[in-house]
Amino acid sequence: MNLTLKVWRQSGPTDPGHFETYETTDVKDEMSFLEMLDVVNENLIADGHEPITFDSDCREGICGTCGLMINGQAHGPQKGTTTCQLHMRKFHDGETVTIEPWRAAAFPVLKDLMVDRSAFDAIIESGGFITADTGGPRDANEILIPKIAADSAMDAAACIGCGACVAACPNGAAQLFTSAKLAHLNLLPQGQAERWKRTEDMVETMEMFFGSCTNYGECQEACPKEIPIDFIAMMNRDFLKSKFKNRKLQGQR
Amino acid sequence: MSTITLDSKVPSGPIEDRWTNHKFNMKLVNPANKRKFTVLVVGTGLAGAAAAATLAQLGYQVKCFTFHDSPRRAHSIAAQGGINGAKNYKNDGDSVHRLFYDTVKGGDFRSRESNVHRLAELSVNIIDQCVAQGVPFAREYGGLLDNRSFGGAQVSRTFYARGQTGQQLLLGAYQALMQQVSLGNVELHTKTELLDVVTKDGVAAGIVTRDLVTGDIRSWAGHATLLCTGGYGNAFYLSTNAMNSNVTASWRAHKKGALFANPCYTQIHPTCIPASDEFQSKLTLMSESLRNDGRIWVPKEFDDNRAPENIPEEDRDYFLERKYPSFGNLAPRDIASRNAKQVVDEGRGVGPIKNGVYLDFAESIGRLGENVVFERYGNLFDMYERITDENPMKMPMRIYPASHYTMGGLWVDYNLMTNIPGLYALGEANFSDHGANRLGASALMQGLADGYFVAPNTISDYLAGLLGKTPVGTDDPAFSTSVAAVQDDMRRWIAVGGTKSPEYYHRELGKIVWDYCGMTRDKNGLEKALSEIPALREEFEKNVRVLGDPDGINQSLEKVGRVADFFELGELMCRDALMREESCGGHFRVEHQTEEGEAKRDDENFSFVGAWKWEGTGTTSTLHKEPLVFESVKPVERSYK
Repeated sequence: MNLTLKVWRQSGPTDPGHFETYETTDVKDEMSFLEMLDVVNENLIADGHEPITFDSDCREGICGTCGLMINGQAHGPQKGTTTCQLHMRKFHDGETVTIEPWRAAAFPVLKDLMVDRSAFDAIIESGGFITADTGGPRDANEILIPKIAADSAMDAAACIGCGACVAACPNGAAQLFTSAKLAHLNLLPQGQAERWKRTEDMVETMEMFFGSCTNYGECQEACPKEIPIDFIAMMNRDFLKSKFKNRKLQGQR
Repeated sequence: MSTITLDSKVPSGPIEDRWTNHKFNMKLVNPANKRKFTVLVVGTGLAGAAAAATLAQLGYQVKCFTFHDSPRRAHSIAAQGGINGAKNYKNDGDSVHRLFYDTVKGGDFRSRESNVHRLAELSVNIIDQCVAQGVPFAREYGGLLDNRSFGGAQVSRTFYARGQTGQQLLLGAYQALMQQVSLGNVELHTKTELLDVVTKDGVAAGIVTRDLVTGDIRSWAGHATLLCTGGYGNAFYLSTNAMNSNVTASWRAHKKGALFANPCYTQIHPTCIPASDEFQSKLTLMSESLRNDGRIWVPKEFDDNRAPENIPEEDRDYFLERKYPSFGNLAPRDIASRNAKQVVDEGRGVGPIKNGVYLDFAESIGRLGENVVFERYGNLFDMYERITDENPMKMPMRIYPASHYTMGGLWVDYNLMTNIPGLYALGEANFSDHGANRLGASALMQGLADGYFVAPNTISDYLAGLLGKTPVGTDDPAFSTSVAAVQDDMRRWIAVGGTKSPEYYHRELGKIVWDYCGMTRDKNGLEKALSEIPALREEFEKNVRVLGDPDGINQSLEKVGRVADFFELGELMCRDALMREESCGGHFRVEHQTEEGEAKRDDENFSFVGAWKWEGTGTTSTLHKEPLVFESVKPVERSYK
């Protein structure tokens, strides 16, 4: 099939950027979206033009490195699918495809389709862990975790940190990402000691970088791991509680 | 000439006590002195993130580097199946000794016994540590941990978190690392790629890196450097490795004097989705667990073009079940892969370009029902369908082997130190634990054992001797020479101004390495590769095209240096494969097989680690041997019939 691509080109963070149009021919159904871009890049190089910069690594949908706005949708039209796992059979001959980087104030564009997502690391750094220094913890089976709790924690822990939730959100909010990490740790017995401090610290760090949640629900639609917004409700509840609990733990009732 | 003696520093005494005694005999650094030492950790996969976090917890000053935008994206994240731990929770006769034995046998008696025993011992601690960190391993209804079994083992000792075990273990290590970053104990440098290892008077002094965003070339000095930079499976171009996985860190260390061991030991995983066209950028793994319920077959007849459902039972060849009745479809990876290649080479392959074999769930669906099969493998089936547009519940999957893991790597002693004092290699980057073939669910185990438990202990023995000595500063000529060389390289690649992209040459190189040094090897082919690779490299150096600028983001420039290193490594892989006149594990020399077509080892002449020393561009590397001694496990023919 033949496609017309409108691709965002931006030489660096200070460049205003613009769309370039590329006509691409002989696109095969079985190509992945990124393989299609690989071919475009090979042709650009052959013609002496700088290739399009975009991020990708595992190309198996798990590392969270890739992420493109395709026709205005984060990771494109297929539900529950990262850009790298999207295949060209989802497009049709003659279609115009618009390709942009993640659009969010907290994710500045570095070049072309590549953005800086280090704000996510800052959220994790502020409390997204369980303190358990390497050493002699107790036997793994001494901590009984009901299957339903372990499964629910795993549903949340499946987040790949790609940023599609932020890109899809009209407010550029990171509630789905933050709540997924909080739910993963807060649902487990091991995570209880730090639960309230973690919640308060992570939510407040998130608010330093990202917009506010107004319940559009676009994030869960865009999430390639289909993480539900139920976790946001849990985070909101825990955040409210943490305001009291953290003071109570300090002895200020 | 070279005066290298390969001292493995393996402790003496009963194998069960070696690690314990060794920990007692090593020198320690007292807590107040630990902060006087800077340790550079390169790579943030399981080994790197675990080591950086643990060293920082101990009190060392850690600087940690990754070329990813976040440590969480390292390719350990893609491991699906699980992690072994000799817990014997299932009461099925497992023990540290059995895991040790299975791993030595699985490695076809080409690994270092003492290291493997230590790995088996530590497997137990890893599970405890990961659970304490909040890794959501699968549980049974009573809240206890669940286990499954994997190829090459007859017990259930594999812990798992759905099909995303690597992801969950890496997130655990990443979170521990980020906590240390927040405490100011680790200085984290993302989007920063190692381009040289710096030595002074033969001792590791630090590294030179490129900032992938600004293009800045910088020097970093440290008392010790840990390379946790993964394997070299992308030498084949098409592999299950990530697009950016590369050998550059290990290779640049090799060119500074670190020996590279057993480069020909590469693992080809049997269950990957076959390539569909010439644009394919990578191959996708389908977990080994599928072989628990899938039956592998091809048509008996050549060029049978009927759809699979129209091929009656009597016209099908379930070749693994036929040849290996006791292990059947669960034969180890190397054996399953070679047999698939054999039937495809015979012209009995399936699919549009006849490059796969069927993995058929029809029998399981009939026995267990659609729901049970889908519950077990649904996420894998969905992934398969996204890629191929075929539903494995309705028609058999097509699979074919692909490069997946590399057992070879930098030579290290029992302390995980390379032959360059102060330079360590951890995880897939070293060679030590898997011999000539790795068993499933053992890579995660090794990365975490090295990172959490081995290197943080052994490093004190080295650092204790440096107390009170000032390290080499980054103003030393050793650093400035290296920086100048790296900058020259950048300018040189851009100045070539040829006609073909680095990607093109990588693909062409991969074809040669795969054809002659892939699942089967023979003398003629390897010699052919040893003449074709240098010829292609010469063309590459004269004709590669790298556009843009060395300052700032330039993905072609990142790629070209990695491809250059793969050229040199690919040559060494072939040289090593040619030298090793035997078959063992993943290294199958056609000339050396039993009458039944199985790998035939030559313990008398080849029971050694082959460690190669770089002698300069255009000069043949020299071989150094570390003899392998087996005191606890007697080498036998590895039979899975």
